[in-house]
Amino acid sequence: MAAPHKQGEVVEKILFLAHVDESCNVLPKAVYEVLGLAIDVAAQMNATLTIGLIGENVDTAAAFIGSSGATRVLAVSGPDFAQPRYASDAAALEAICRAVQPTLVLAPATWRFSRVLPGVSHRLAGQADTHITGLEIRDGALTASRWYYRQRIEAVIRRDARPWFLLLESGCHKPWTGEPGAPSMEKMPVVIPAELRRTNVTGTRAPKSEAQTIRPDADLLFVAGAGWTKKQSDGKVHGEEAESLILRFLELSKASLGGSKSLVDQSGDNQAVLGFMTHLNQVGQTGATPRHPKGLSTCCHGEEPHVVGWRFIHERRAINLDPNCGWARGKADVLYVSDAFEVMKRVNELLATGSEKKEEATATAR
Amino acid sequence: MRNGYHIVVCGSIVPDPLQTLEPIETPGGPALKNEMMLPAVLDPWASHALYEAANLASKVAGSKVWLVSVAPKAKLQQVMMTVAQKVSFELVAVDGPASGFGDAYGVAAILADEVQSIAGLDRSRLLVFGGWESASRGAGVTMQLVGERLGIADQFQGVDQITTQADGSFEVLERIEGGRHQVSMCSGPPALLGWATGNLPEPRNNPQVGMANMRTVMPALQRAKAAALAGSGLRFLSTTPPKQQRQTRIVKNRPVEEIAQEIVEWIGK
Ligand SMILES: Cc1cc2nc3c(=O)[nH]c(=O)nc-3n(C[C@H](O)[C@H](O)[C@H](O)COP(=O)(O)OP(=O)(O)OC[C@H]3O[C@@H](n4cnc5c(N)ncnc54)[C@H](O)[C@@H]3O)c2cc1C
Repeated sequence: MAAPHKQGEVVEKILFLAHVDESCNVLPKAVYEVLGLAIDVAAQMNATLTIGLIGENVDTAAAFIGSSGATRVLAVSGPDFAQPRYASDAAALEAICRAVQPTLVLAPATWRFSRVLPGVSHRLAGQADTHITGLEIRDGALTASRWYYRQRIEAVIRRDARPWFLLLESGCHKPWTGEPGAPSMEKMPVVIPAELRRTNVTGTRAPKSEAQTIRPDADLLFVAGAGWTKKQSDGKVHGEEAESLILRFLELSKASLGGSKSLVDQSGDNQAVLGFMTHLNQVGQTGATPRHPKGLSTCCHGEEPHVVGWRFIHERRAINLDPNCGWARGKADVLYVSDAFEVMKRVNELLATGSEKKEEATATAR
Repeated sequence: MRNGYHIVVCGSIVPDPLQTLEPIETPGGPALKNEMMLPAVLDPWASHALYEAANLASKVAGSKVWLVSVAPKAKLQQVMMTVAQKVSFELVAVDGPASGFGDAYGVAAILADEVQSIAGLDRSRLLVFGGWESASRGAGVTMQLVGERLGIADQFQGVDQITTQADGSFEVLERIEGGRHQVSMCSGPPALLGWATGNLPEPRNNPQVGMANMRTVMPALQRAKAAALAGSGLRFLSTTPPKQQRQTRIVKNRPVEEIAQEIVEWIGK
């Protein structure tokens, strides 16, 4: 954030929106980051800050951010707002926005908000931008950064329309870490008529694999490419070995699992390979763009449509038999030209010994 | 579902992802260098929506699929040469920009108008499909706005599956955090679904389907009216390709043991 607000410019009115998480009690981590940012922006622009909350029960959650210094806290709560359903979420968020009349609306880009806030912007005759990676004040006006063409072109944008809804990606700011407090909260009654109850959210479903392989908060992204299922130097495919090496590594390292398109497409075709891989694991142009401090790619060629999904992975290493693969051409910090089967086997052994030693040390300390 | 669904898929074209993209400044705002020369494909998530629509239509008798596309006519025609061979649909074409820098608000206004002007469209059977995000703007905004403009309050985004019941109701799986799906039951059309990858492989080219489609695709392209995006007040202060590439350290001819140790150390740091 640079260049604070100048005197005499339009005064912005900021609304920060949050929802409780699935446990219905706490706020998702991303909420604290965007709250930190909203407080910063409000201070720099001399703007007022209001908080809007939705969820079945918001009291506990509101207390967590009670000392954030917001001038007002509004909430829409009750059983109708437990489920992330478009129709009821849109009604609740619309009601909060109409009550506050903000010029800027800042919210974390959770799935729940991403699938409803652009729709709400239309109702308020405002406009929304998503996947915002940063905000900056230039010449007294707010500007936002986001990527176009799936992480291949970064733009700084500005909008004249108000309210301007901004959905911010995680990692955009330090999380706010104030003390809990007891805010005075205005609870707004919002009635959901029958025509907005045509959809019923019945629950969540985990992918077919038993192990949870996608861990958004992990320090490491582990990417498996199609090489794991290709014929190796002995002329044979080693699918089962690949599967057990990868699962063991995930268990020991607590990494999040990503895959190349070629690999996840094979799983979709029901070939007998890496049963735990689904399209949700796919990283790249037509897959996800996850955020982790580190990434390790194995048996993946590092082609551009894959590597654009690594835009927000800071430190990148790759293991590939081919010294001329994409990673060698400035896409990774380190490329190990080696057999991933052998390297990962040894990595797993070392990690296992490491964790045993740690356990022993804790036992002795006790 | 009695009489079948009316499925309208919204989808445009994007540059083939293997192409290098370079932003340039034009009087009308940012654009891609040689944009009209870049080979294009149907936007990937929208194409999944189209395959899912065709699959659903093939299972429920009386259903019909339209593809509504706002794109430069000449490029759209090229892309249709392959897309039309995949599945059956009727094209509704609008000759307009497909740039990622064009604002979703302008695009959604055109799309919603076009959907509404489809002759014989029955709202009580209507499912509006599209990609939940484009590969150009990548925003996930357009389809929500189309839904709002059409007054559709049952919206789903990041959809990987729809399972319909005989009474017209359906179950939808939408992507959520942690690689899981949210499961919803909707009592029936009208509804809007922004698709992610879904579950279907890309259909093989079928020249017969291609020939049948072309009978309506070519006239639709000829009829396509030109449309500009309404000014929305979105301003670009800069557009830049990603910064400098990394200096890759290539580690060759090192024993597996050393590599493994280095990796374990790095992970633990
Ligand atoms: C429209 C479109 C969208 C796309 N979107 C995506 C996307 O979102 N994500 C994506 O990933 N791709 C995407 N692609 C595909 C992309 O272009 C590549 O085809 C794909 O990423 C290749 O996957 P891969 O590297 O795993 O497989 P391959 O290209 O088959 O590479 C396998 C690699 O494994 C290595 N290998 C084999 N055995 C070993 C071993 N024992 N040890 C070490 N290395 C080994 C080989 O040297 C090789 O480099 C897209 C393509 C298009 C056209």
